[in-house]
Amino acid sequence: MIRDHHRPTWRPRLRAIAIHGFAFSSGFVIMSLELLGGRVLAPWFGGSIHVWGSIITVFMLSLACGYYLGGRFSLRRPSFTRFGAMLLAGAAVLYPTMLMAEPMMSLVFQHIEDPRYGSLVAALALFAAPTVVLGAVSPYSVRLLVRNEAESGCVAGTLYFVSTLGSALGTLATSFYLVLWLDIQTIVNALCGVLFSLGAIALLQRAFHRA
Amino acid sequence: MLDHARVVVAALALTSAANAELPARAQIVARERSLYQTILVTREPSRLCMRFALRDSRRTQSCVDPANPKRMVFSYTRMMMAALLLAPAPKRVLIVGLGGGTLPVAFAELLPDARIDVAEVDHAVVEAAKKHFGFRPSERLRVHVRDARVFVKRAIAANVRYDAVLLDAYNADYIPEHLLTVEFINEARRLLAPNGVLAANTFGTSRLYDHESQTYREVFGAFFNLKTPASHNRIILAANGELPAPQLLRDRANLWQARLRPYDVPLRDYAARLTTAADWDATARPLTDQYSPANLLRTRK
Repeated sequence: MIRDHHRPTWRPRLRAIAIHGFAFSSGFVIMSLELLGGRVLAPWFGGSIHVWGSIITVFMLSLACGYYLGGRFSLRRPSFTRFGAMLLAGAAVLYPTMLMAEPMMSLVFQHIEDPRYGSLVAALALFAAPTVVLGAVSPYSVRLLVRNEAESGCVAGTLYFVSTLGSALGTLATSFYLVLWLDIQTIVNALCGVLFSLGAIALLQRAFHRA
Repeated sequence: MLDHARVVVAALALTSAANAELPARAQIVARERSLYQTILVTREPSRLCMRFALRDSRRTQSCVDPANPKRMVFSYTRMMMAALLLAPAPKRVLIVGLGGGTLPVAFAELLPDARIDVAEVDHAVVEAAKKHFGFRPSERLRVHVRDARVFVKRAIAANVRYDAVLLDAYNADYIPEHLLTVEFINEARRLLAPNGVLAANTFGTSRLYDHESQTYREVFGAFFNLKTPASHNRIILAANGELPAPQLLRDRANLWQARLRPYDVPLRDYAARLTTAADWDATARPLTDQYSPANLLRTRK
Protein backbone atom coordinates (compact mmCIF):
# COMPACT_ATOMS: atom_id res chain seq x y z
CA MET A 1 0.00 0.00 0.00
CA ILE A 2 3.01 2.25 0.15
CA ARG A 3 2.88 4.54 -2.80
CA ASP A 4 6.58 4.51 -3.38
CA HIS A 5 7.41 6.66 -6.36
CA HIS A 6 9.90 4.02 -7.34
CA ARG A 7 9.22 0.38 -6.73
CA PRO A 8 10.42 -1.23 -3.51
CA THR A 9 13.95 -2.29 -4.23
CA TRP A 10 14.61 -4.74 -1.42
CA ARG A 11 12.49 -7.63 -0.57
CA PRO A 12 9.89 -6.23 1.89
CA ARG A 13 11.21 -8.29 4.79
CA LEU A 14 14.74 -7.02 4.44
CA ARG A 15 13.43 -3.51 4.11
CA ALA A 16 11.35 -3.85 7.27
CA ILE A 17 14.45 -5.00 9.15
CA ALA A 18 16.36 -2.00 7.84
CA ILE A 19 13.62 0.40 8.93
CA HIS A 20 13.65 -1.07 12.43
CA GLY A 21 17.42 -0.80 12.44
CA PHE A 22 17.22 2.87 11.54
CA ALA A 23 14.67 3.52 14.29
CA PHE A 24 16.94 1.71 16.76
CA SER A 25 19.94 3.77 15.66
CA SER A 26 18.14 7.05 15.89
CA GLY A 27 17.00 6.15 19.43
CA PHE A 28 20.59 5.25 20.31
CA VAL A 29 22.02 8.47 18.86
CA ILE A 30 19.43 10.70 20.54
CA MET A 31 20.15 9.44 24.05
CA SER A 32 23.89 9.23 23.56
CA LEU A 33 23.82 12.84 22.40
CA GLU A 34 21.65 13.87 25.33
CA LEU A 35 24.13 12.41 27.82
CA LEU A 36 27.08 14.01 26.05
CA GLY A 37 25.14 17.29 26.12
CA GLY A 38 25.73 17.51 29.87
CA ARG A 39 29.46 17.16 29.28
CA VAL A 40 29.51 19.70 26.52
CA LEU A 41 27.64 22.37 28.48
CA ALA A 42 29.33 21.84 31.88
CA PRO A 43 32.52 23.84 31.17
CA TRP A 44 30.42 26.94 30.45
CA PHE A 45 27.28 26.53 32.52
CA GLY A 46 28.25 24.13 35.28
CA GLY A 47 27.04 20.67 36.21
CA SER A 48 24.05 21.79 38.22
CA ILE A 49 20.56 20.41 37.96
CA HIS A 50 19.39 23.34 35.83
CA VAL A 51 21.83 22.35 33.10
CA TRP A 52 20.21 18.91 32.96
CA GLY A 53 16.85 20.66 33.07
CA SER A 54 17.80 22.69 29.99
CA ILE A 55 19.07 19.66 28.11
CA ILE A 56 16.05 17.49 28.86
CA THR A 57 13.68 20.34 28.00
CA VAL A 58 15.37 20.94 24.66
CA PHE A 59 15.40 17.23 23.78
CA MET A 60 11.74 16.80 24.69
CA LEU A 61 10.70 19.91 22.75
CA SER A 62 12.77 18.89 19.75
CA LEU A 63 11.41 15.36 19.77
CA ALA A 64 7.88 16.75 19.98
CA CYS A 65 8.54 18.91 16.92
CA GLY A 66 10.32 16.04 15.18
CA TYR A 67 7.41 13.65 15.76
CA TYR A 68 4.97 16.22 14.42
CA LEU A 69 7.03 17.19 11.39
CA GLY A 70 7.93 13.58 10.64
CA GLY A 71 4.25 12.75 10.61
CA ARG A 72 3.47 15.64 8.26
CA PHE A 73 6.40 14.76 6.03
CA SER A 74 5.13 11.16 5.74
CA LEU A 75 1.94 12.42 4.06
CA ARG A 76 3.73 13.36 0.87
CA ARG A 77 5.17 10.57 -1.23
CA PRO A 78 6.79 8.54 1.54
CA SER A 79 9.71 6.43 0.39
CA PHE A 80 12.60 4.45 1.75
CA THR A 81 14.94 6.78 -0.10
CA ARG A 82 13.56 9.86 1.62
CA PHE A 83 13.81 7.97 4.89
CA GLY A 84 17.52 7.42 4.25
CA ALA A 85 17.89 11.08 3.36
CA MET A 86 16.52 11.97 6.81
CA LEU A 87 19.37 10.10 8.48
CA LEU A 88 21.87 11.81 6.20
CA ALA A 89 20.30 15.13 7.14
CA GLY A 90 20.68 14.22 10.83
CA ALA A 91 24.41 13.67 10.34
CA ALA A 92 24.71 16.78 8.18
CA VAL A 93 23.12 18.94 10.90
CA LEU A 94 24.82 17.33 13.90
CA TYR A 95 28.41 17.46 12.68
CA PRO A 96 28.76 21.20 12.01
CA THR A 97 26.79 22.27 15.10
CA MET A 98 29.17 20.31 17.31
CA LEU A 99 32.15 21.82 15.51
CA MET A 100 30.98 25.32 16.37
CA ALA A 101 30.00 24.40 19.92
CA GLU A 102 32.87 26.19 21.69
CA PRO A 103 32.59 29.63 20.01
CA MET A 104 28.79 29.41 20.25
CA MET A 105 28.82 28.69 23.99
CA SER A 106 31.40 31.41 24.53
CA LEU A 107 29.05 33.87 22.82
CA VAL A 108 26.06 32.78 24.91
CA PHE A 109 28.20 32.95 28.08
CA GLN A 110 29.15 36.54 27.30
CA HIS A 111 25.59 37.67 26.69
CA ILE A 112 23.55 35.73 29.25
CA GLU A 113 24.59 36.07 32.87
CA ASP A 114 22.18 33.54 34.39
CA PRO A 115 23.49 29.99 33.76
CA ARG A 116 19.93 28.64 33.65
CA TYR A 117 18.97 30.64 30.58
CA GLY A 118 22.48 30.43 29.22
CA SER A 119 22.39 26.65 29.27
CA LEU A 120 18.88 26.65 27.79
CA VAL A 121 19.87 28.84 24.86
CA ALA A 122 23.10 26.91 24.29
CA ALA A 123 21.26 23.56 24.42
CA LEU A 124 18.72 24.89 21.91
CA ALA A 125 21.43 26.06 19.53
CA LEU A 126 23.41 22.83 19.78
CA PHE A 127 20.87 20.04 20.04
CA ALA A 128 17.50 21.21 18.75
CA ALA A 129 18.13 20.82 15.01
CA PRO A 130 19.64 17.31 15.01
CA THR A 131 17.07 16.06 17.53
CA VAL A 132 14.15 17.38 15.45
CA VAL A 133 15.48 15.48 12.44
CA LEU A 134 16.07 12.28 14.43
CA GLY A 135 12.67 12.55 16.11
CA ALA A 136 11.03 12.62 12.68
CA VAL A 137 12.41 9.15 11.98
CA SER A 138 9.89 7.42 14.27
CA PRO A 139 6.55 8.48 12.74
CA TYR A 140 8.04 8.20 9.28
CA SER A 141 9.03 4.60 9.87
CA VAL A 142 5.49 3.84 11.09
CA ARG A 143 4.21 5.18 7.78
CA LEU A 144 6.59 3.03 5.77
CA LEU A 145 5.66 -0.16 7.62
CA VAL A 146 1.91 0.14 8.12
CA ARG A 147 -0.04 -1.63 5.39
CA ASN A 148 -3.51 -1.59 6.92
CA GLU A 149 -5.47 -0.15 9.78
CA ALA A 150 -5.72 -3.39 11.74
CA GLU A 151 -1.96 -3.85 12.15
CA SER A 152 -1.13 -0.16 12.66
CA GLY A 153 -1.05 -0.35 16.46
CA CYS A 154 1.15 -3.41 16.39
CA VAL A 155 3.57 -1.83 13.90
CA ALA A 156 3.80 1.35 15.97
CA GLY A 157 4.25 -0.65 19.19
CA THR A 158 7.09 -2.68 17.73
CA LEU A 159 8.80 0.46 16.46
CA TYR A 160 8.48 2.17 19.85
CA PHE A 161 9.94 -0.96 21.38
CA VAL A 162 12.93 -1.03 19.05
CA SER A 163 13.67 2.67 19.16
CA THR A 164 13.34 2.91 22.94
CA LEU A 165 15.59 -0.13 23.24
CA GLY A 166 18.09 1.82 21.16
CA SER A 167 17.70 4.76 23.53
CA ALA A 168 18.36 2.57 26.56
CA LEU A 169 21.42 1.06 24.96
CA GLY A 170 22.69 4.47 23.83
CA THR A 171 22.38 5.75 27.39
CA LEU A 172 24.12 2.76 28.91
CA ALA A 173 26.90 2.45 26.35
CA THR A 174 27.72 6.16 26.52
CA SER A 175 27.70 6.59 30.29
CA PHE A 176 29.34 3.28 31.21
CA TYR A 177 31.89 2.75 28.48
CA LEU A 178 32.21 5.26 25.66
CA VAL A 179 33.20 8.19 27.92
CA LEU A 180 35.84 5.96 29.48
CA TRP A 181 37.33 4.96 26.16
CA LEU A 182 36.88 7.94 23.87
CA ASP A 183 36.91 11.73 23.63
CA ILE A 184 33.51 13.38 23.44
CA GLN A 185 34.23 14.68 19.94
CA THR A 186 35.21 11.17 18.82
CA ILE A 187 31.92 9.77 20.13
CA VAL A 188 29.97 12.50 18.32
CA ASN A 189 31.93 11.78 15.14
CA ALA A 190 31.08 8.10 15.49
CA LEU A 191 27.37 8.91 15.95
CA CYS A 192 27.50 11.06 12.81
CA GLY A 193 29.31 8.24 11.04
CA VAL A 194 26.58 5.75 11.94
CA LEU A 195 23.81 8.07 10.71
CA PHE A 196 25.73 8.88 7.56
CA SER A 197 26.45 5.22 6.76
CA LEU A 198 22.86 4.10 7.28
CA GLY A 199 21.53 6.98 5.19
CA ALA A 200 24.08 6.25 2.48
CA ILE A 201 23.10 2.57 2.41
CA ALA A 202 19.46 3.51 1.94
CA LEU A 203 20.30 5.84 -0.94
CA LEU A 204 22.83 3.52 -2.54
CA GLN A 205 20.55 0.52 -2.67
CA ARG A 206 18.25 2.65 -4.82
CA ALA A 207 21.07 3.69 -7.13
CA PHE A 208 22.31 0.11 -7.24
CA HIS A 209 18.88 -1.12 -8.18
CA ARG A 210 18.54 1.44 -10.95
CA ALA A 211 21.90 0.60 -12.47
CA MET B 1 8.31 7.12 22.58
CA LEU B 2 11.59 7.74 24.34
CA ASP B 3 10.17 8.56 27.73
CA HIS B 4 11.58 5.50 29.43
CA ALA B 5 15.08 6.40 28.47
CA ARG B 6 14.50 9.85 29.83
CA VAL B 7 13.98 8.39 33.28
CA VAL B 8 17.58 7.17 33.16
CA VAL B 9 18.84 10.70 32.67
CA ALA B 10 16.61 12.03 35.40
CA ALA B 11 18.03 9.41 37.72
CA LEU B 12 21.56 10.46 36.80
CA ALA B 13 20.79 14.07 37.45
CA LEU B 14 19.08 13.52 40.75
CA THR B 15 21.24 10.95 42.51
CA SER B 16 19.40 10.47 45.74
CA ALA B 17 21.02 9.90 49.06
CA ALA B 18 21.16 6.34 50.28
CA ASN B 19 20.31 5.62 53.85
CA ALA B 20 22.53 3.37 55.89
CA GLU B 21 24.12 3.53 59.28
CA LEU B 22 25.76 6.49 60.94
CA PRO B 23 28.76 6.15 63.21
CA ALA B 24 27.72 4.88 66.63
CA ARG B 25 26.44 7.50 69.03
CA ALA B 26 25.86 10.06 66.29
CA GLN B 27 22.65 11.94 66.69
CA ILE B 28 20.95 13.72 63.83
CA VAL B 29 20.31 17.36 64.71
CA ALA B 30 18.98 18.53 61.37
CA ARG B 31 18.24 17.07 57.99
CA GLU B 32 17.82 19.14 54.87
CA ARG B 33 17.18 17.98 51.35
CA SER B 34 18.63 20.12 48.61
CA LEU B 35 18.68 19.87 44.85
CA TYR B 36 21.96 18.02 45.06
CA GLN B 37 22.01 15.94 48.20
CA THR B 38 20.67 15.33 51.64
CA ILE B 39 22.54 17.39 54.18
CA LEU B 40 22.72 16.08 57.70
CA VAL B 41 23.93 17.87 60.76
CA THR B 42 24.98 15.34 63.37
CA ARG B 43 26.11 15.66 66.96
CA GLU B 44 28.75 13.15 67.98
CA PRO B 45 30.85 12.86 71.10
CA SER B 46 32.84 16.11 71.20
CA ARG B 47 31.99 17.23 67.67
CA LEU B 48 29.30 18.63 65.41
CA CYS B 49 29.45 17.49 61.79
CA MET B 50 27.93 18.22 58.41
CA ARG B 51 27.40 15.15 56.27
CA PHE B 52 26.17 14.68 52.75
CA ALA B 53 24.08 11.51 53.20
CA LEU B 54 24.45 8.67 55.62
CA ARG B 55 26.60 6.02 54.06
CA ASP B 56 29.82 6.08 56.00
CA SER B 57 32.13 8.43 57.81
CA ARG B 58 34.01 9.28 54.61
CA ARG B 59 31.06 11.33 53.62
CA THR B 60 31.56 13.63 56.53
CA GLN B 61 32.14 17.03 55.00
CA SER B 62 33.01 19.16 57.92
CA CYS B 63 33.22 18.90 61.72
CA VAL B 64 33.80 21.30 64.54
CA ASP B 65 34.69 20.65 68.13
CA PRO B 66 32.30 22.95 70.06
CA ALA B 67 34.62 23.01 73.09
CA ASN B 68 37.50 24.10 70.89
CA PRO B 69 36.00 25.72 67.80
CA LYS B 70 39.23 26.82 66.16
CA ARG B 71 40.79 23.35 66.19
CA MET B 72 40.56 21.74 62.78
CA VAL B 73 39.11 18.28 63.23
CA PHE B 74 40.19 16.77 59.90
CA SER B 75 43.74 16.30 58.74
CA TYR B 76 42.96 17.32 55.15
CA THR B 77 41.59 20.68 56.33
CA ARG B 78 44.78 21.25 58.30
CA MET B 79 46.83 20.22 55.27
CA MET B 80 45.06 22.78 53.09
CA MET B 81 46.55 25.48 55.31
CA ALA B 82 49.91 24.59 53.74
CA ALA B 83 48.82 27.01 50.98
CA LEU B 84 50.33 29.66 53.30
CA LEU B 85 53.76 28.16 52.59
CA LEU B 86 53.49 29.27 48.96
CA ALA B 87 51.50 32.49 49.48
CA PRO B 88 52.35 33.69 52.99
CA ALA B 89 50.27 36.87 52.92
CA PRO B 90 47.42 36.54 50.43
CA LYS B 91 45.27 39.62 49.92
CA ARG B 92 42.57 37.87 48.00
CA VAL B 93 41.52 34.24 48.45
CA LEU B 94 39.04 32.05 46.56
CA ILE B 95 37.75 28.90 48.22
CA VAL B 96 35.70 26.42 46.19
CA GLY B 97 33.36 24.39 48.40
CA LEU B 98 32.03 25.76 51.69
CA GLY B 99 31.17 22.76 53.87
CA GLY B 100 30.76 23.96 57.43
CA GLY B 101 32.93 26.98 56.65
CA THR B 102 36.04 25.80 58.51
CA LEU B 103 38.59 26.89 55.89
CA PRO B 104 37.01 30.25 54.95
CA VAL B 105 36.59 31.22 58.60
CA ALA B 106 40.17 30.24 59.44
CA PHE B 107 41.51 32.32 56.55
CA ALA B 108 39.33 35.26 57.53
CA GLU B 109 40.61 35.10 61.10
CA LEU B 110 44.25 34.67 60.15
CA LEU B 111 44.26 37.30 57.42
CA PRO B 112 42.35 40.30 58.77
CA ASP B 113 43.04 42.37 55.63
CA ALA B 114 42.24 39.72 53.07
CA ARG B 115 39.09 39.48 51.01
CA ILE B 116 37.76 35.94 50.78
CA ASP B 117 35.33 34.63 48.17
CA VAL B 118 33.66 31.26 48.52
CA ALA B 119 31.99 29.50 45.58
CA GLU B 120 29.47 26.92 46.76
CA VAL B 121 27.00 25.30 44.39
CA ASP B 122 24.44 24.22 46.97
CA HIS B 123 22.39 26.91 48.64
CA ALA B 124 21.30 24.47 51.36
CA VAL B 125 24.93 23.96 52.41
CA VAL B 126 25.26 27.72 52.93
CA GLU B 127 22.09 27.78 55.02
CA ALA B 128 23.20 24.81 57.12
CA ALA B 129 26.61 26.39 57.71
CA LYS B 130 24.94 29.60 58.89
CA LYS B 131 22.35 27.90 61.04
CA HIS B 132 24.37 25.18 62.74
CA PHE B 133 28.04 26.09 62.39
CA GLY B 134 27.87 29.78 63.17
CA PHE B 135 29.13 30.73 59.74
CA ARG B 136 28.75 34.50 59.19
CA PRO B 137 29.48 35.99 55.78
CA SER B 138 30.62 39.61 55.80
CA GLU B 139 31.88 42.36 53.51
CA ARG B 140 35.20 40.59 53.16
CA LEU B 141 33.99 37.01 53.45
CA ARG B 142 31.50 36.51 50.67
CA VAL B 143 29.68 33.38 49.57
CA HIS B 144 28.59 33.00 45.97
CA VAL B 145 26.01 30.29 45.30
CA ARG B 146 27.32 29.30 41.91
CA ASP B 147 28.99 26.44 40.11
CA ALA B 148 32.75 26.93 40.47
CA ARG B 149 33.39 26.51 36.76
CA VAL B 150 30.99 29.36 36.00
CA PHE B 151 32.35 31.47 38.87
CA VAL B 152 35.92 31.09 37.66
CA LYS B 153 35.05 31.93 34.04
CA ARG B 154 33.16 35.05 35.16
CA ALA B 155 36.02 36.10 37.43
CA ILE B 156 38.52 35.78 34.57
CA ALA B 157 36.26 37.91 32.37
CA ALA B 158 36.01 40.52 35.15
CA ASN B 159 39.82 40.55 35.50
CA VAL B 160 39.78 39.49 39.14
CA ARG B 161 42.99 37.89 40.42
CA TYR B 162 43.56 35.81 43.54
CA ASP B 163 46.72 35.19 45.54
CA ALA B 164 45.36 31.84 46.66
CA VAL B 165 42.75 29.52 45.15
CA LEU B 166 41.71 26.55 47.28
CA LEU B 167 39.80 23.70 45.67
CA ASP B 168 37.86 21.60 48.11
CA ALA B 169 34.95 20.57 45.93
CA TYR B 170 35.36 16.82 45.64
CA ASN B 171 33.88 14.49 48.19
CA ALA B 172 34.72 10.84 48.57
CA ASP B 173 31.72 9.58 46.65
CA TYR B 174 31.24 12.02 43.84
CA ILE B 175 33.54 14.27 41.86
CA PRO B 176 32.14 17.12 39.76
CA GLU B 177 33.98 15.99 36.65
CA HIS B 178 34.06 19.41 35.01
CA LEU B 179 36.15 20.62 37.97
CA LEU B 180 38.89 18.11 37.35
CA THR B 181 40.09 18.78 33.81
CA VAL B 182 43.14 20.43 32.26
CA GLU B 183 40.85 23.19 30.98
CA PHE B 184 39.42 23.98 34.43
CA ILE B 185 42.81 23.88 36.15
CA ASN B 186 44.08 26.19 33.43
CA GLU B 187 41.22 28.58 34.10
CA ALA B 188 41.98 28.46 37.83
CA ARG B 189 45.61 29.20 37.01
CA ARG B 190 44.60 32.22 34.96
CA LEU B 191 42.88 33.55 38.09
CA LEU B 192 46.14 33.47 40.02
CA ALA B 193 48.18 36.59 40.62
CA PRO B 194 51.93 36.24 39.94
CA ASN B 195 53.31 33.80 42.54
CA GLY B 196 49.77 32.89 43.58
CA VAL B 197 49.07 29.39 44.85
CA LEU B 198 46.52 26.78 43.83
CA ALA B 199 45.83 24.26 46.61
CA ALA B 200 43.64 21.27 45.90
CA ASN B 201 42.34 18.62 48.25
CA THR B 202 42.46 15.44 46.17
CA PHE B 203 42.42 11.67 46.38
CA GLY B 204 45.43 9.75 47.59
CA THR B 205 44.37 6.36 46.27
CA SER B 206 42.87 4.62 43.23
CA ARG B 207 43.77 5.05 39.58
CA LEU B 208 42.39 8.55 39.70
CA TYR B 209 45.55 9.54 41.62
CA ASP B 210 47.65 8.99 38.49
CA HIS B 211 45.26 10.79 36.17
CA GLU B 212 44.74 13.69 38.56
CA SER B 213 48.48 14.12 39.08
CA GLN B 214 49.08 14.19 35.33
CA THR B 215 46.24 16.69 34.90
CA TYR B 216 47.90 19.17 37.29
CA ARG B 217 51.32 18.47 35.83
CA GLU B 218 50.02 19.32 32.38
CA VAL B 219 48.99 22.78 33.59
CA PHE B 220 51.69 23.66 36.12
CA GLY B 221 54.64 21.40 35.42
CA ALA B 222 56.20 20.48 38.78
CA PHE B 223 54.08 20.97 41.90
CA PHE B 224 54.32 20.09 45.57
CA ASN B 225 52.62 16.97 46.86
CA LEU B 226 51.63 16.87 50.50
CA LYS B 227 50.76 13.55 52.11
CA THR B 228 50.70 12.60 55.76
CA PRO B 229 50.45 9.18 57.39
CA ALA B 230 47.21 10.22 59.10
CA SER B 231 45.29 11.00 55.90
CA HIS B 232 44.12 9.24 52.76
CA ASN B 233 44.00 12.60 51.03
CA ARG B 234 46.73 14.25 49.07
CA ILE B 235 47.05 18.01 48.84
CA ILE B 236 48.41 19.49 45.64
CA LEU B 237 50.17 22.85 45.96
CA ALA B 238 50.96 24.49 42.66
CA ALA B 239 52.45 27.93 42.07
CA ASN B 240 51.91 30.47 39.34
CA GLY B 241 55.66 31.00 39.19
CA GLU B 242 58.67 29.38 40.84
CA LEU B 243 58.13 26.90 43.66
CA PRO B 244 59.83 28.20 46.83
CA ALA B 245 63.11 26.62 47.91
CA PRO B 246 63.19 24.45 51.08
CA GLN B 247 64.79 27.19 53.18
CA LEU B 248 62.09 29.68 52.22
CA LEU B 249 59.39 27.12 53.06
CA ARG B 250 60.95 26.64 56.51
CA ASP B 251 61.11 30.39 57.07
CA ARG B 252 57.46 30.81 56.18
CA ALA B 253 56.46 27.87 58.37
CA ASN B 254 58.31 29.49 61.27
CA LEU B 255 56.55 32.77 60.54
CA TRP B 256 53.11 31.16 60.72
CA GLN B 257 53.57 28.32 63.19
CA ALA B 258 52.67 30.19 66.38
CA ARG B 259 49.54 31.74 64.90
CA LEU B 260 48.38 28.38 63.60
CA ARG B 261 48.65 26.62 66.94
CA PRO B 262 44.96 27.15 67.92
CA TYR B 263 44.00 25.48 64.64
CA ASP B 264 46.23 22.50 65.36
CA VAL B 265 48.08 22.90 62.05
CA PRO B 266 51.67 21.55 62.12
CA LEU B 267 52.95 23.78 59.33
CA ARG B 268 56.66 23.03 59.98
CA ASP B 269 55.96 19.34 59.61
CA TYR B 270 54.12 20.02 56.33
CA ALA B 271 56.98 22.17 55.03
CA ALA B 272 59.34 19.25 55.58
CA ARG B 273 56.99 16.83 53.80
CA LEU B 274 56.49 18.81 50.59
CA THR B 275 57.95 17.02 47.62
CA THR B 276 57.94 17.43 43.86
CA ALA B 277 58.78 13.74 43.34
CA ALA B 278 56.34 12.09 40.95
CA ASP B 279 55.14 8.97 42.78
CA TRP B 280 52.51 8.14 40.15
CA ASP B 281 52.23 6.55 36.75
CA ALA B 282 53.40 9.35 34.45
CA THR B 283 51.88 7.62 31.42
CA ALA B 284 48.33 8.14 32.78
CA ARG B 285 46.22 10.29 30.53
CA PRO B 286 45.44 13.81 31.79
CA LEU B 287 41.72 14.48 32.22
CA THR B 288 40.21 17.03 29.86
CA ASP B 289 36.78 18.42 29.02
CA GLN B 290 36.82 15.85 26.22
CA TYR B 291 37.87 12.97 28.45
CA SER B 292 36.85 13.15 32.10
CA PRO B 293 35.53 9.84 33.45
CA ALA B 294 36.82 10.77 36.92
CA ASN B 295 34.09 8.94 38.80
CA LEU B 296 34.65 5.77 36.82
CA LEU B 297 38.41 5.95 37.37
CA ARG B 298 37.84 6.62 41.03
CA THR B 299 36.49 3.10 41.54
CA ARG B 300 39.51 1.45 39.91
CA LYS B 301 42.49 0.33 41.88
